[in-house]
Amino acid sequence: MSEKKLILDCVSKTFVEKKGGKSTIALRDFTLEIDEGEFVCLVGPSGCGKTTLLKLVAGLEQVSSGAIYIDGNLITGPGSERGLVFQDFALFPWRDVRDNVAFGPEVLKVPLAERMRIAEHCIDLVGLAGSIHKYPSELSGGMKQRVAIARALANNPQLLLMDEPFGSLDAQTRHLMQKELLSIWNIDRKAVIFVTHSVEEAVYLGERVVVMSSSPGSVKNIYPIDLGYPRRLTDAAFIALRERITADIAEEVG
Amino acid sequence: MRTWLWTPNTFRGEATRPLRFISILLFLLVWEGAALLANIPQLFPTPVAVIIALGQLFIAPGPPGLQWAGELMGNTLISLWRVIVGFALAAATGVFLGIIIGWWRNARDLLEPVIELLRPIPPLAWIPLAMLWFGLGFKPAVFLIWLGSFFPILLNTVLGMEGTPHKLIEVAKTLGAGPWQILFKVGLPSATPSIMAGLRIGIGIGWMCLVAAELTGSNSGLGYMIMYYYSTMEASKTVAGMLMIGIVGFLMFIGLKKLEDRILFWKTS
Repeated sequence: MSEKKLILDCVSKTFVEKKGGKSTIALRDFTLEIDEGEFVCLVGPSGCGKTTLLKLVAGLEQVSSGAIYIDGNLITGPGSERGLVFQDFALFPWRDVRDNVAFGPEVLKVPLAERMRIAEHCIDLVGLAGSIHKYPSELSGGMKQRVAIARALANNPQLLLMDEPFGSLDAQTRHLMQKELLSIWNIDRKAVIFVTHSVEEAVYLGERVVVMSSSPGSVKNIYPIDLGYPRRLTDAAFIALRERITADIAEEVG
Repeated sequence: MRTWLWTPNTFRGEATRPLRFISILLFLLVWEGAALLANIPQLFPTPVAVIIALGQLFIAPGPPGLQWAGELMGNTLISLWRVIVGFALAAATGVFLGIIIGWWRNARDLLEPVIELLRPIPPLAWIPLAMLWFGLGFKPAVFLIWLGSFFPILLNTVLGMEGTPHKLIEVAKTLGAGPWQILFKVGLPSATPSIMAGLRIGIGIGWMCLVAAELTGSNSGLGYMIMYYYSTMEASKTVAGMLMIGIVGFLMFIGLKKLEDRILFWKTS
């Protein structure tokens, strides 16, 4: 158990509607283990519970049954060792770039000078050093997502949870961000769970790609991606894997 | 710059359009003409007569204790002081209660029914009770301003707090923020635009309540002054007082708008 970063053990999640008491099973018996420093991508049809799964790991929702362990400790609520990045950035509009990134250290009571140093370091990592005093309303989508990533990194999390972080970006920006994410990941190899709609993105980024089945969500297949980095979208092996996984998901939808 | 005077409400950014000045000029001309035609200066003064009356009120000795300020400015200062105290009380109580009601479900259940019960009563309907409780002058006026300003400030604060984006709360939680940090570092800043709007509406209503309170429950202030010249049939001085009431209200509105733009600079860029 000790070398596993994260263990999801038969995790199920049922939502009960407040009115009428109708219940929906979002996840059933989801089991997965993630290694220290591993990059895992989750793909699956819409509504297969990918986001629910991330929220459970983040501690924003409670499991209905099963258990989630990080470093062997049961997850019961949010914790700063797990950083979450949303698709729609969720930046604090009243804080400039630096103060957004410094939010985590600030609430963890890191002294001012130290948290400014951390924030500036993380902003450097995502390549936004020139925009440190800008406000979110002045930033493009790609820049906002860099800030969101820097903010998650500022708490030095051991596990980065990313919920379709590049889903709302245009194709060029998206590819650029994928490359930068890989280079950031290469620096200190934090474990990453990356949820995406795009099979291509999953195969480009992940060491493993987990395909989920839908309603209720569970693990359908796991594909190890033994391609090494950097990957080329046009390699025959890359395309073959992408097509296999796409077909696997299509089977689930059809 | 002259244009900043016009920036709020419907004049925003349009100050340089000549028709807008012609509009005011035309209004004054029509007024002057109509008043001359009617030829009853003690009831329907011309703009010129109003300006003369403004001058006379400006020079005339002020109310007791404020003789040095002149009648016009003395009464303006009295009214302003009342509105500042009443508004400050309303801002403090309205924002405080609004945060509590907007943030905690139980507080809302406990307080909202009472508020919904009292809110539909127009502040002016409280004038008789205010006079019974507080007599004449400063206290009943402050009470009525507080009453008038309180509800818009409260309701807008509640609206702002409960409208805090869920995503921002979630992200703050994952970054390690505790419940109080989420309240003060996420909920409150997120509600600021709504709170500022409430303050702006509140001071407007407070000003109207003040003038109404002074018409009946006071022996000083701008409201009292225009009522006094009603009783002496000097309409030009009544209109001069009305003009002053309008100018002060407008300036307060602009002041708050400026403050709002300064605090909420992050909203627009």
